[in-house]
Order: sequence, then structure tokens, then C-alpha cells
Amino acid sequence: MPAPTPSQTVGPFYGYALPFPRGGDVAPAGHPDTITLHGYVFDGEGQPVPDALIETWQPGPDGSRAGVPGSLRRDPATGRALGRDGVAFTGFGRVATDADGHWAVRTLPPGGVSYVSLAVFARGLLHHLYTRAYLVDEPGDALLGSLDAAGRATLVARGEAPRTYRFDIHLQGADETVFLEFPQGPA
Amino acid sequence: MTLTTAGAGAEHHPPRDHPPYRSSRLRHPKRPLVPLRDPEAVELSGPAFGVTDVAALDSDLTRQHPGEPLGERITVSGRVVDRRGRPVRGQLVELWQANASGRYAHQLDRHPAPLDPNFTGFGRCLTDDGGAYSFTTIKPGAYPWHNHTNAWRPAHLHFSLFGTAFAQRLVTQMYFPGDPLFPYDPILRSVSDESARQRLVCAYDHDLSVPEWSLGHRWDIVLDGPSATFFQEGDAR
Ligand SMILES: [Fe+3]
Repeated sequence: MPAPTPSQTVGPFYGYALPFPRGGDVAPAGHPDTITLHGYVFDGEGQPVPDALIETWQPGPDGSRAGVPGSLRRDPATGRALGRDGVAFTGFGRVATDADGHWAVRTLPPGGVSYVSLAVFARGLLHHLYTRAYLVDEPGDALLGSLDAAGRATLVARGEAPRTYRFDIHLQGADETVFLEFPQGPA
Repeated sequence: MTLTTAGAGAEHHPPRDHPPYRSSRLRHPKRPLVPLRDPEAVELSGPAFGVTDVAALDSDLTRQHPGEPLGERITVSGRVVDRRGRPVRGQLVELWQANASGRYAHQLDRHPAPLDPNFTGFGRCLTDDGGAYSFTTIKPGAYPWHNHTNAWRPAHLHFSLFGTAFAQRLVTQMYFPGDPLFPYDPILRSVSDESARQRLVCAYDHDLSVPEWSLGHRWDIVLDGPSATFFQEGDAR
């Protein structure tokens, strides 16, 4: 069994490379079911993290997890990133935080589950973190049910307005977000 | 299988709490990560990429501008596989880097080394059916940073990789063999195990060199983490 390649931080200068135009527009253009999922990323002193990268992954509204290609669509003539075709639902979002630590994705409600999966990358973070933004505080959810009330609360997005969900990420501190770990490959 | 915490992170990966890397101080969780062993987890599937996601010249960072970039032209190739050694096919590999002088084409990089009008330092490609990727670029320079007195990053390429599952996502850095800065770099040294650190260092590969064009370097990448088949194949003991 090959041993895994270690993780290293994304560093401060990914910004001209990884984010792409409309990386947060996961929902097809103008889709009436579009929801906004947004929030801030904070460090252990409650300061906003202006150089985090948030990736989101989720099933389509029909529950499909197949992943349609085309998230990062490129112009073949210029090589420029176009960012999706406005039609297909790829399930993948990628946004950098702003100078105030804010991020936002516009997507469709996930089918079959009540959460959107998030990966968090940042300068200072040697290995990215996984968490989930639950759009509904699902009573029967095994993960939510395994957490204490405070931990559970960190995973449930707050409905701010119709179709708008707020999900802040605290990398450290009293309100530290619950982060997830998946089993690793065969030893 | 043993459960790991935010601090331990298993022997292969760096701990998120690594005081010599100062920026990690306020940006790592202090509570243990919550292990998730759900065969239905959405994270066991992942995004897909295809022909529309890359343009023909994306994998050649030396041809994105009218002129030739400064520096030593290199070919960097390897395979992306999972922990079972199975090729990761048709998935996205992204690369970004400083130019030959050690300067990023990023407004916040204030290192007073010259920008190169013929080099941006960003590339991408899809792995082929054997999991292989290949880039043509230039060897980046070392650059200083503010972590400690005389902090210089060894020359490195930043890589971003997707496996077949979101849980296999990897962002890492590739280093060049024999760099005298290795012992002083807290980011490389955050990986505590020497053999694991060595897996971040490419190998000069004479057969990959392109005559009168570029020097060849091989770097294979192994993605950690489960995929959709993980729980069906008896790994989830
Ligand atoms: Fe760097």
C-alpha cells in the first residue's frame, strides 16, 4: 500500500490560482429554488480570516452524487476561466473569503440529505478541515445526535431570511466549529 | 483503526498545531475532530471534472504569455493514485508557484524581486487513464517570509488535487531535491516523520528531461481518505 502524500498549507497566495469567476454560483442561473449559504470565517481571537478558501460539495436536488463536470469551464480560445455553463448543476462550489472574512455560495437545496459539505483551507492551516452546514436541525441525524448541544449548534445554519442561511466558521475558540475526520486509507 | 485528534492528525500529515509555523497558532481547532464513519456520507463522493474544465495550454505555464519566462524550464510529471495504488483518473490537478525570482503574481506579495511579464505561475490539467499528470513550467525561486529571522521558503510548487471523493481532497507542496533550506522550513518540517517529508520531494528524472528544452522531475502523489467503495471492501474495520 503506498503511503499518502502529506498535506501542506494552501498558503497566502492561492488567490490568483484557485478561485474562479462565479465559483460560488453553484445553482444554475436564475433557478427559482436557489438558496444562499454564507458566513464568516474567524480565528481563535474572533478576528476574521481574509485568506481562507471554502469549497462546498453536495448532491443535486434529485439526490444525485455523480458530480457533473464543468464547474471551472474554460474558454478554449483565451484559456480564461468562465465558470460553469449556467445550466448544469455540478455540486461543487469554491470561494475565497473577502477582506472581512466573508464568503457566500448560491446553490440548490441538497437532495436526500440536509447538509452541504465544506472544506476549509487557509494560510496557517497545515491540513484543511471538513465540516457540514446543516440547513435543517435534523432530529434523526446520526452526526448531530452524537454531539452536545453547543457542538450541534455550530453545524446548523441559521435561517436569516427566506432562502438565506448563515453559517459562520470558527477555526478555534469558545464557539469553535465541529470539524470532521474521515477514516484514512488502508495502513 | 485508531482515531486521531486535531493535534495528532496521524503520522503522515502535519499536526494543525505546529507552533514554529506562527500562523497556525490561532487557526487550528483545539477540540478533537469528530470521526465520521458513515457509509452514506456525501463526502465519499466528490466533484467531477472534464474536458471543459481545462484549456489546451493550461498545463504549460511557459506558454501563457507572448514571450519565454525567465528561469530554468522544467517538466514535472507523475501519477496520482489512492491508498490502494489505484490510479485517480480524469481528476483535476492544479499547480501555482512563484516565478524564478521567488515572486508570486499576487498583489499581496511584496517581496522586492522582479515580476516576470511572461509568467503568471498557474496551471491545471486532468489526470489521464493511468492517473498521470504532466506540467511544463520553470523552477521557482526561494522567497523570504516573516515567520522568523531569515525565514526563507525552499523552492516549492503548490499543488491541489481531487480524488474520487471529497474526503480525499489534498492541497500540498512539492519541493526540489537537496535544497539547503529544508532544515529551516517550519512548513516542511511540520511533517514530523522523515520518510513522510521525503514524499514531498520530487526526484530528478533524466528520462523525463526533454532534449534542449527542459529538465525532468518526477513526483507521484498518493491521496489519503476513503471513497464510496471504502466501506464495501472491508477497510472499515
Ligand atoms: Fe509558496
